[in-house]
Amino acid sequence: MLGLIGCGNEQISALQPQGKGASALFDLMILSLAIMVVVLVVVFILFGYVLVKFRHRKGDDSIPEQVEGNHLLEVLWTAIPIVLLIVLAVPTVITTFDLDVSEKSAQATEEGGEPAEEEGPMTIKVTGHQYWWEFEYPDQEVVTAQELYLPVDERVNVELSSADVIHSFWIPSISGKMDTNPGDKLTNKMWLHPEKTGTFQGACAELCGDSHALMYFKVKVVEREEFDAWIESMKNTKFDDAPSEVAQGQQIFEQNCLQCHAVGDQGGNVGPALTGFADNDMVAGIAEHNKENIKKWVNNPQEMKPGNNMPDFNFNEEQLDALADYLMELETAE
Amino acid sequence: MDVGERLTDQNFPESPEKATLEGKNKFLGFWLFLGGETVLFATLFGTYLGLRNSFGKGPEASEIFQLPMVFAATIILLTSSLTSVYAVLALKENRVKQMRRWFFITLLLGLSFLGLEIYEFVEYVHEGHTFTSGAFGSAFYTLVGFHGGHVLFGCLWITALLVRNSGRGLTLYNAPKYYLFALYWHFVDVVWVFIFTVVYLMGKVG
Amino acid sequence: MSNAHAANKSVLWDWLTTVDHKKIGILYLVSGGFFFLVGGLEAVLIRIQLMNPEMTFLTGNLYNQVLTMHGTTMIFLAAMPIIFGFMNAVVPLQIGARDVAFPFVNSLGFWLFFFGGILLNLSWFLGGAPDAGWTAYAPLSTTSTGHGVDFYVLGLQIAGAGTLMGGINFLVTIINMRAPGMTFMRMPLFTWTAFVTSGLILFAFPALTIGLFLLMFERVFEANFFDANMGGNAIIWEHIFWIFGHPEVYILILPAFGIISEVVATFSRKRLFGYSAMVFATVLIGFLGFMVWAHHMFTVGLGPVANSIFAVATMAIAIPTGVKIFNWVFTMWGGKIRFTTANLFSVGFIPTFVMGGVTGVMLAVAPADYQYHDSYFVVAHFHYVIVGGLILGLFSGLYYWYPRMFGLMLNEALGKWNFWTFFIGFHLTFFPQHFLGLMGMPRRYFTYPEEFGLGSLNFISTIGAVFMTVGTIIFIINVVVTHAKGKKVSGDPWDGRTLEWAIPNPTPHYNFLQTPLVRGLDALWIEKMAGNKKMTPAEPVGDIHMPNNSVLPLFMSIGFFIAGFGFIYYSSAGAPALIAIIVGLGIGLACMFLRSWIDDHGHHLHKEDLLKEDKGVDA
Repeated sequence: MLGLIGCGNEQISALQPQGKGASALFDLMILSLAIMVVVLVVVFILFGYVLVKFRHRKGDDSIPEQVEGNHLLEVLWTAIPIVLLIVLAVPTVITTFDLDVSEKSAQATEEGGEPAEEEGPMTIKVTGHQYWWEFEYPDQEVVTAQELYLPVDERVNVELSSADVIHSFWIPSISGKMDTNPGDKLTNKMWLHPEKTGTFQGACAELCGDSHALMYFKVKVVEREEFDAWIESMKNTKFDDAPSEVAQGQQIFEQNCLQCHAVGDQGGNVGPALTGFADNDMVAGIAEHNKENIKKWVNNPQEMKPGNNMPDFNFNEEQLDALADYLMELETAE
Repeated sequence: MDVGERLTDQNFPESPEKATLEGKNKFLGFWLFLGGETVLFATLFGTYLGLRNSFGKGPEASEIFQLPMVFAATIILLTSSLTSVYAVLALKENRVKQMRRWFFITLLLGLSFLGLEIYEFVEYVHEGHTFTSGAFGSAFYTLVGFHGGHVLFGCLWITALLVRNSGRGLTLYNAPKYYLFALYWHFVDVVWVFIFTVVYLMGKVG
Repeated sequence: MSNAHAANKSVLWDWLTTVDHKKIGILYLVSGGFFFLVGGLEAVLIRIQLMNPEMTFLTGNLYNQVLTMHGTTMIFLAAMPIIFGFMNAVVPLQIGARDVAFPFVNSLGFWLFFFGGILLNLSWFLGGAPDAGWTAYAPLSTTSTGHGVDFYVLGLQIAGAGTLMGGINFLVTIINMRAPGMTFMRMPLFTWTAFVTSGLILFAFPALTIGLFLLMFERVFEANFFDANMGGNAIIWEHIFWIFGHPEVYILILPAFGIISEVVATFSRKRLFGYSAMVFATVLIGFLGFMVWAHHMFTVGLGPVANSIFAVATMAIAIPTGVKIFNWVFTMWGGKIRFTTANLFSVGFIPTFVMGGVTGVMLAVAPADYQYHDSYFVVAHFHYVIVGGLILGLFSGLYYWYPRMFGLMLNEALGKWNFWTFFIGFHLTFFPQHFLGLMGMPRRYFTYPEEFGLGSLNFISTIGAVFMTVGTIIFIINVVVTHAKGKKVSGDPWDGRTLEWAIPNPTPHYNFLQTPLVRGLDALWIEKMAGNKKMTPAEPVGDIHMPNNSVLPLFMSIGFFIAGFGFIYYSSAGAPALIAIIVGLGIGLACMFLRSWIDDHGHHLHKEDLLKEDKGVDA
């Protein structure tokens, strides 16, 4: 049982909690596991004893006593599990309410003597798409994709919705998962409270199509100052900031890509926003961030993520090079 | 006694529909089937309740429902339930002719109900309330349509029974069939009472 | 030559038209077994793809098709039919009946299941299988391209109708057709579980029927139940699916409980410990099964109140289940346990199912489920209950009732090989998956990056699947060997306790020459202890009324099969599909009409012939 602790890669394992949500869940998991291990041990010992002791021996044709039952025993093995389950049910219900972010509980937190920030926790809107994640910081007016920036040691509220089918937003080491449902009426809310800086892994946990297994995203937990600086630079980035060496790529981008992908102050929102793309860890959420992979992706998006919505533009090698160079230069403003 | 033999007033059992094991099985099996049908309609009602205010591109429920016509349909169907009760009473006393007459009236009432329902649906479609106009439209036509389908099936059933057994008296073989039809018909009627309340009255109130 | 040909034809015709519950049981068993192999093959493909990180053996859409068909096939086309096979083969015998209540409907139920299953699997050859998971969540299922999901909808609709009929049939059979003295509290536990399972089918399957209709209307006729843009709500599907889907889990596992109860008691030579508690627990599990569907939806966002209620309700199920486990252990306590293959599977079932049960309680902890949900932890859990529970139970039942169903004893040596390879393989496959889930591997992923450290456990899991495959192949060899040169056995090879062992082998067409008089639980055992060689009859030998064979169920099912094709292709093919719909439904309705039109009073077997035949068997 102890072997469970610290199992797996700390970027993604639920067994190495790096946030308050995941810690609370981990404690519950250990509690339930402990109770269950007791049950298992009792049953297995009893079972093993019976198998050895009461096996049929050669030549023994006697007929065992036909026992109907035993009231004391039966009451016992009904009552003890009830007690065990109550021990488990109480923290279950408490944690269920603790993790909830309805209006009421948000109010309660504010009244309850927390160091009340004036506006309450920051809100991030998460939208699941086939097969990428959009992250919007509405108060800061910043939209990004595939990389979620979070300030460390702060609670942020997350609003989850979907642009197409049902996805599920899961960062195992920071918190449990919650579904992103299509439609305004079904928006879900949860909170995240990371406690360590670093890069963590998020994933989609609800079957959403051909590339469900490729819908990863990164979570970058940074100090508050760094977070503020990131927000500031994202806001100040302009489409026209790109250095002149990559003007050719920028032109191709403007003609073909900008309709769907936003960069800085321009662009559409059908595909992932690419402001600051040069700083991303991954291409398309799954491949190492380098020029080679960018070219590979643009050249044949279906090969890397089957079923995604990005069209194939049939760029020639020179155009691909120029475009990749441009994308590699998409940094945020200083 | 052979199950195919015409029953006379002398050997007529108290409940001809349950006098044989086969009859008993059918009787119980059909009640259980109606239990399953209840879940079926409950699921449809649940879906409808979840979507009754999601009109999509179609008109709102209170704008289109025409209560007088639906009320007339309700009366017709309730009356048909009553006539099928008379039919079963006749069945229990081996009055074959009366039984058949009452079942025939039940059939006619069922058909008029269907006529009214079709007329109603046509009207709605003209007003833009269609199967594809929104979630409400889909849920409405599915729920009410499933019920209508049940009425239609009932009409076909009793027609087949009446035609097949014309000129034949009651036997231990066909008595359960008549009886089960009546049971079915009552069930369809009860479902309609719920539809009238949940769909039309609640829809009109909004 | 021509005579032999005619004989062959009549054998085939007999199987196609049979209404005999024993033959229908075999039909269910064989077709369910076939689909089990298909589903197993799909499982092996999945395990090959996941053997190592970043494999490219089976990716993207094709992987989704395989995983969808694996789940759907195993649940609807393998597990349920095999259960129905046992119910058909055993329940009428256990209650001392000569057939089921509705033999015609019984046959219809089988053929509908069969053609539904064929229809669903034809999707492989007709443009691709369904790819939205066996749960078919909208809007993924409603927007899935191609006709895969249409095959899912129509295939399950047809098969599901057959299942519903089977459920009603067994309820009526058990309520109305018990032999004199066979009170409810004297029924063998397998019959009890069959009874409760049938009740669950009756109240759960109509929800699936409607769900599938809604899905069909949305895909084929452009309805808007689940489309948020038109006011629809995708969560409605989840509710409907799980209102059916959770009881379905108990529909599957309860008969396994019944089998284990029979086998453990027989091979301990003891009466089942705490019989009334076992019955009560079965009924309670069935009842609670309808109260907990939303525990599949903890992460959907139903709110803390709903989540808490469903969490606690789910935990409550652990209590009656625990009662069962302890009762089995104490049935063995003080017994003389013989480890036949049948009993090995039962004994293997108990600890395995306990493990599946405890992870079930862990999953009931709603907040912790935010981590477990849709991860490999859940995959491990439900395979522990469905494979480690149900499939071990079914194997146990097969080895136990094979002599009853086929008059032959499966080879015990091969049986033990079958058990050990399958049992070890099972744990090797699924135990590591608990950890994979907690380490962050979501369910239904066709690949995983190397750096997450999930490779070695996945590799072990695949090795386990190889063992399970070997176990299954050994079983097939066993069946072949047994039918080639197996030994014929008497009607009571295991020193049985219940009525199905009170009749000679091969089982007469009419089961019981004289309906037996039941004098207590374990009716046959009571007579044995009283020194009687046979059951005490409740009636003198007389004419026996038997139902007539009919080909209508087969034709009716073919009709709906054709109509199913029509609906599947309606959205793309138009008029030809419409013709198929009309023709298919026409055939179906015409068969119903014929059934109603043609008087069918069955036939009588005459006393003199019966006595002659009975002597022949005895001699």
